[in-house]
Amino acid sequence: MPKSYSIFSILRHALRPSEPWPEAWAKPAPKSNYDVIIIGGGGHGLATAYYLAKNHGITNVAVLEKSYIGSGNVGRNTTIIRSNYMLGANTAFFEKSLQLWEGLSHDLDFNCMVSHRGQIVVAVSPGQMDSFARRGNLMRLNGIDAELLDRKELEKELPYLDYSKHARFPIWGGIHQRRAGTVRHDAVAWGYARAASALGVHIIEDCEVTGMVMDGNKVTGVETNRGRILAGKVGIAVAGHSSHVARMAGLRLPVESHILQAFVTEPVKPMVHHVVSWGAELFYLSQSDKGGMVFGGHIDGFNTYTQRGQFFKIRDVMECAVSLMPFMSRLRLLRHWGGIMDMTPDGSPFICKTPVDGLYLNGGWCYQGFKATPASGLTFAHTIANDAPHDLNAAFALDRLMKGRELDEHGIGNWTYKQ
Amino acid sequence: MRIPCPHCGERDVNEFRYGGDATKQRPAHGDKDFQTWNAYVFEFDNPKGPHEEFWQHTLGCRQWFRLKRNTATNQILGGGQ
Repeated sequence: MPKSYSIFSILRHALRPSEPWPEAWAKPAPKSNYDVIIIGGGGHGLATAYYLAKNHGITNVAVLEKSYIGSGNVGRNTTIIRSNYMLGANTAFFEKSLQLWEGLSHDLDFNCMVSHRGQIVVAVSPGQMDSFARRGNLMRLNGIDAELLDRKELEKELPYLDYSKHARFPIWGGIHQRRAGTVRHDAVAWGYARAASALGVHIIEDCEVTGMVMDGNKVTGVETNRGRILAGKVGIAVAGHSSHVARMAGLRLPVESHILQAFVTEPVKPMVHHVVSWGAELFYLSQSDKGGMVFGGHIDGFNTYTQRGQFFKIRDVMECAVSLMPFMSRLRLLRHWGGIMDMTPDGSPFICKTPVDGLYLNGGWCYQGFKATPASGLTFAHTIANDAPHDLNAAFALDRLMKGRELDEHGIGNWTYKQ
Repeated sequence: MRIPCPHCGERDVNEFRYGGDATKQRPAHGDKDFQTWNAYVFEFDNPKGPHEEFWQHTLGCRQWFRLKRNTATNQILGGGQ
């Protein structure tokens, strides 16, 4: 494994006879015993393992991935990072995440292609402008950048929107977070895997957890398709399969698994220079470095573990795209795909201890898992290492719903996706 | 996915609205145990496999009915009733 990537390592490699680059992370066989096992080798699981090793000195860690690294939701999202939240716990957490994104490529010695191209949410009514002003003020009070744009300012930034009087949702302005942007999502998985592996973490691919090894109310290990592996502590970071894995330990979660689809068009010349979201419907779009428009919308609306989306939702999202950006009608759709996510009653995640000793949960990410990756790993590692939450994730507890401490960011009550 | 409505027959899923887990039992009126209500209101079995659930034919006859479906494949296992 190369010690570090630099201009010299590229030159050295260019001068050698043609051969593949060395593997970025080691592929060890599983040991029979670890201090910590993280189930799920996605962004959150790998980040957790990395911060366990780096911040807490716990290096006897295994990350168990049922498929290959990058096969799950870390490679299925629309790559957006931002921190324009309103509720206290969310604001601090997602701002910490954005700050970690800012230095991530240097921290991991891996170019994650973090692009602070900014995110603009388009407002479609005077009332929405008022609510965006309130959101922007709350962000600024927390030291986060936010700018309210009137219609003229917006027209300079996004000249290609439908500003006509006949638009179904007339445009009034928008809110701009300049530090928001996109990150190359595969590089996040590869970068965390490589950095964790360099610190001694075992990354074990093609290793599916099939059961928990329990001693009374304590988890002492996991059963896998590659045999039994024992551990002092077990963390779950499996995106849409949280309920499935938690049930192996007898737990029932406040979660339903839903499919969210994403789309990419044929590549065109640079045109959309921001992440653009819409106030009229859940719709978000950015242009990738290859030139394709990458965008998504709502979930399909019923629980499923299949990664195949329904056609009616494809049509819904295309209608959003064309309504906001008429030029989209002339682009051809290249690919679409689905990812399975935990939807929670209040739309906020869980990073917490569970009622089972030695078992920790990182799940319930709804629409917002990717942007949370660094802070999620940081706080989940802290929770596992200290058996107590970090200040930033104390509010993301499993019993918050029963205690009436919901984090209902959208302010529309229970099961936001059913509204 | 196509869903068999007990009244209208098989139609595309976009005519329907999903109504959640149909196996939950509402706790007795006046039950004061928080855990019981928490389990009823917030927690879900959310199985990867056979699931019994409510659907409503919102863009058709508007009837509510129960459906058995495999959530791992979206295969319909039992017709609407």
